[in-house]
Amino acid sequence: MKIAVCVKQIPDPATPYELDSENHFVVRPDDQVLDDTDRYGVEMGLQLAEATDGEVVLVSMSPANNLQGIRQALAMGADKAIVIDDEALRGSGALVTARVLAAAIEREGADLVIAGTESTDGYVGVVPQMLAELLGMPAMTFARKAELTDGTIRIERQTSGGYDVVEAPLPALVTATSGSVEPRYPTFKGIMGAKQKPIEQPSCAELGVESVGSAGSGQEIVEVRPAPERTAGVKIQDEGDAHTEIIKLLEQAKVI
Amino acid sequence: MRIWVFAEEVDGLPTSLSLEMLTKATSLGDQVAAFLVGTGSAETMGLLAAHGAATVYHLDPGDALPSSGAAAALAELAGTENPDLILFGLQPTDRDVAGRLAGRLGVPVLSNAVDIIADEGSIRVLNEILGGTTLVETAFSGKGPHLIVVRPKSFTAEPGDGGDPDVVAVALPDTGHSGSARVIERHTETAEGPKLEEAAVVVAGGRGMGDEEHFSVVEELAGLLSAAVGASRAVVDAGWVPYSLQVGQTGRTVKPTVYIALGISGAMQHLVGMKDSGTIIAINKDEEAPIFGIADLGVVGDVHQVVPKLIEALKARG
Repeated sequence: MKIAVCVKQIPDPATPYELDSENHFVVRPDDQVLDDTDRYGVEMGLQLAEATDGEVVLVSMSPANNLQGIRQALAMGADKAIVIDDEALRGSGALVTARVLAAAIEREGADLVIAGTESTDGYVGVVPQMLAELLGMPAMTFARKAELTDGTIRIERQTSGGYDVVEAPLPALVTATSGSVEPRYPTFKGIMGAKQKPIEQPSCAELGVESVGSAGSGQEIVEVRPAPERTAGVKIQDEGDAHTEIIKLLEQAKVI
Repeated sequence: MRIWVFAEEVDGLPTSLSLEMLTKATSLGDQVAAFLVGTGSAETMGLLAAHGAATVYHLDPGDALPSSGAAAALAELAGTENPDLILFGLQPTDRDVAGRLAGRLGVPVLSNAVDIIADEGSIRVLNEILGGTTLVETAFSGKGPHLIVVRPKSFTAEPGDGGDPDVVAVALPDTGHSGSARVIERHTETAEGPKLEEAAVVVAGGRGMGDEEHFSVVEELAGLLSAAVGASRAVVDAGWVPYSLQVGQTGRTVKPTVYIALGISGAMQHLVGMKDSGTIIAINKDEEAPIFGIADLGVVGDVHQVVPKLIEALKARG
């Protein structure tokens, strides 16, 4: 059983990112971290691999820089990583990301593909579904639980009103919701071992993906401007009677 | 302009987001149709028509997970009917179909739209980044149909006269292995009280509530105010409450008259889902919590002190 887990390195969410004033691309700092939501996909992949004596391969399209985010995921226990960082990909949209990931996964071969539901920085939220379409796989999305039995994947799929139990034969793609599993913390041994694990860095040409960049993405940012601001009201220190201020405001708003 | 709106039927009714999108579509184009996935109840057809759908393309997926078949059917229909724009909502099935359709047609998706502008031959989408502090306007520059994923509550649903829509039955195409996922069971997790998206008052709790047991204070306060209960992602991830209560980027978007945030620091991910509320009241012990930046009334204090007093005072009013 080979499990491909899609991961992304992103600017640390604790530090607001900036947009390049000319081309409006996100200015990516050298230090990037593993997208927190991807830890769930990695953990789900590791658990399913452990249950089936399988292998977990990370697949990532992001500026490689120092690869510390990828190392984080390797330290959790993944076996190897494929990272695609090609100058020609700068400014490309979600569809190009999906094409690149699909090409890398097809070359590697995978029975199961796992991704997060969306990235924390870009948040387009449809890349895994595009990927499933390109790979010709069922998209078992928004899984809050996943189990494998005899070549069948069964998930609990989060819906707006609750959840559905959904089943499909492999190969398939699963998106893991945050909270679906409890991501493990890398051990010291894991962190040291991660340094020796292989990280392949194929180019777009090697993957047979036409390098299109922003020109071929079919979308163009025309303006970036500040949003109308919501201004803060009053801030009070609770001296034991703050609740009376809250009551006043609730009365004013006519909800009590 | 020809605009299609994706509509999923849940428990016999179209999603409220599909009706919001239809209303917006009627302001943008003169030919508006809905692409409905579900059993197609009379009530659903009536609501879609009343909100502007002159035609309803209806696909009943049976027990198939609809994304693959719906995307294939849409792609085929789009090839003959040439819609300029297809709108989807930022919710699970809509996202699945939008992504698969984009992959199939090789066209981009602009996601997280809070507004859509169509003039002078260009279609542009507004979205908010950095917790809603910055607006990005993006134009489609390639071939159509243009696909947009819309955030909930960006538009207000307004029913009109409607009448009977022209219903076109669409068969579920055979998409082979891609379409082989089946829904085995369906479960509804109903919360007590009003729905999050519809409640006039929302009381939401975050990690500052301490633990699962103390979260019950949030529920008690909500009960007294006939409010819906919400939660931050941290609390949902910790398993204190189900995902259906999550407010924020990856959860629900709410715009109540009053939003009360208890022990919520106000991460960008949360603010995006509630910053357009009428009046925002926040209680947090951290004076620097970002939630105070948008709160009309910010109380720097201990939720375990302030909230019980508030509950007592509300009870005393009877």
